[in-house]
Amino acid sequence: MDVVVCAKYVPNPSGVPELGPDFRLRREGVEGALDPGDEPGVEVALRLVEHAGGEVTAVSMGPEPAVAAVRRALAMGAHRGVLVTDDALRGADVLATARVLAAAIRRRPFDLVVAGVESTDGSTGTMPIALAEFLGVPSLTFARHVELRDGLLVVHRQTEAGYDVVECPLPALVTVTAGAAEPRYPTLKGIMQAKQKPFEQLFLRDLGLSPEDVRPTQEVVGVEPVPEKRSGALVEDPAQAPAAIVELLKDARVI
Amino acid sequence: MPGIWVYANVSPGGTVEGSALECLTKARSIDPDVAAVALGPGATEAVSTLGRYGARRAFVSDDPVFVDHLAQPPAFALFQLVREHRPELVLFGPTYDSRDVAGRLQAMTGSTLMSNVTDLLAPDYAQTQIFGGTLVVDVALSGPDPKLVIVKAKAFEAEPVEGAPQPEVVPVAVEVPPELRRARRVERHAEAAAGPKLEEARVVVAGGRGLQDPSNFRLLEELAQAIGNAAVGATRAVVDAGWVPYSLQIGQTGKTVKPEVYIAVGISGATQHLVGMKEAKRIVAINKDRDAPIFQVADLGIVADALAILPEVIRAVQAARAG
Ligand SMILES: Cc1cc2nc3c(=O)[nH]c(=O)nc-3n(C[C@H](O)[C@H](O)[C@H](O)COP(=O)(O)OP(=O)(O)OC[C@H]3O[C@@H](n4cnc5c(N)ncnc54)[C@H](O)[C@@H]3O)c2cc1C
Ligand SMILES: Nc1ncnc2c1ncn2[C@@H]1O[C@H](COP(=O)(O)O)[C@@H](O)[C@H]1O
Repeated sequence: MDVVVCAKYVPNPSGVPELGPDFRLRREGVEGALDPGDEPGVEVALRLVEHAGGEVTAVSMGPEPAVAAVRRALAMGAHRGVLVTDDALRGADVLATARVLAAAIRRRPFDLVVAGVESTDGSTGTMPIALAEFLGVPSLTFARHVELRDGLLVVHRQTEAGYDVVECPLPALVTVTAGAAEPRYPTLKGIMQAKQKPFEQLFLRDLGLSPEDVRPTQEVVGVEPVPEKRSGALVEDPAQAPAAIVELLKDARVI
Repeated sequence: MPGIWVYANVSPGGTVEGSALECLTKARSIDPDVAAVALGPGATEAVSTLGRYGARRAFVSDDPVFVDHLAQPPAFALFQLVREHRPELVLFGPTYDSRDVAGRLQAMTGSTLMSNVTDLLAPDYAQTQIFGGTLVVDVALSGPDPKLVIVKAKAFEAEPVEGAPQPEVVPVAVEVPPELRRARRVERHAEAAAGPKLEEARVVVAGGRGLQDPSNFRLLEELAQAIGNAAVGATRAVVDAGWVPYSLQIGQTGKTVKPEVYIAVGISGATQHLVGMKEAKRIVAINKDRDAPIFQVADLGIVADALAILPEVIRAVQAARAG
């Protein structure tokens, strides 16, 4: 089966994000990587093809350095990589991202698209489902367990109260939570092989899209700091802790 | 006729999901012409509640197709409705089902969709908070109507309207094509714990990796029980580690809580956790690292080994309630 996995590039995934003067996330000049939220998706995709046969294609939209995200997925074991990059995509919103990724994915037949539930920096949590709509496939979201059963995709979908068992035929799209699979570390061999694997860099025109199709619909017009809450008392003597907590609970009238 | 719509998740029996009521309250403060869309079993029974929170019209269907097949059928129906009635703005709560419907709808309408909205100043002007709630960002929305907005849980207080009239009920008669019924909900499993719901409890006692071992969550349950009307929550680190079910997770990808008192035990205070709890009235943090970021939002910080002091704290609370 052919599995496509979304591999988003995030600048500085563990550090403190920064805004540029244009109020956009600074994505240049910082050490970026594959979004840690996408690693479980890569893992899920790899396990599915290891089981059922087939290939995994990692697809990303981002600036040139986003090639690092695709490389990471390739080093983990994905078979081919695609990066869509274009000056017109700076500041692209969810809708534009979904449109572009859909156009990139549609170029080849696929059985399943895997994405993260939400990205570390964008965190809209809505790109993949818009992508599913553009691709015209059903979607199973918030999956914490994914399996194929007789050609049917079966998922444990996290809910507010517990989980639902949901299923659909292929082709489909699934979004996976961080708990869905423990991502493997790339081996040295994997890292070396990644450089030899098929990799395509595409521009908007390769996808038959124009800058008009990806015009942002959200403009940041201002940023203000939230007034900081003063931190309160610090108790460093453990013996005083129980009394201090009881007093606070009484002040709050909860006991 | 424009106006603001709220997409409301309902359940059999007519219960309206809390964030929909918060959205209705906000919507009517911007434009009195508010409509609600409720699809699935319980919709008709939910009409009076929807009206009480400000809906003047309610588009309803009790057809189970709207919950049995996940997001495609409701997104399809909602698309038909917005094409016919042309609202300016549609608000969604942050529940999984609503988010999926919103995501699909934006691809159908080509409208903008903004998530994590903490305030709405006009139908095309919204605010969100970033970087763990340290910055407020103002965003102007453009592109075709309706603008689509997913509101953060508890961003607004739900308030009923005095003497609101029954809303005008508009039955939704949309035939959902079979190709939109390919995904199926087969089983539901509830893992909800005993005691008050996390979002409704007056006190939340939450634990993180600092508790060292899943069995130590028992101490938090005991503390919650000693306090009364308290619920236990957790960080994503311990949920992912499988210590406790996801339904306990608080933060960006979990629940948002706003209790009278939040007690964070062995929690470092990552921004993704803080966004789910920093609006609590009072925050107590117990952490053995005096530089832990959680102390920056705490009203009372305790620098200590949580495992060593929790039994004492439980006893002190029991004594205070008894005395
Ligand atoms: C996209 C994304 C979404 C996320 N969403 C969420 C979310 O919704 N909710 C969430 O919580 N996290 C979320 N996270 C994860 C978040 O970044 C942190 O990793 C997580 O909150 C850390 O959990 P923790 O505080 O339990 O663990 P740690 O950060 O490991 O902290 C443990 C703390 O315990 C203290 N400690 C250790 N031993 C003791 C002891 N004996 N007594 C007292 N204190 C002790 C330590 O000093 C430390 O401060 C998200 C991350 C990403 C990237
Ligand atoms: N630019 C992108 N390139 C590749 N995948 C993406 C991109 N943006 C979002 N995704 C995928 O969509 C998921 C949700 O992202 P978001 O909607 O930004 O929270 C991520 O975890 C990725 O799997």
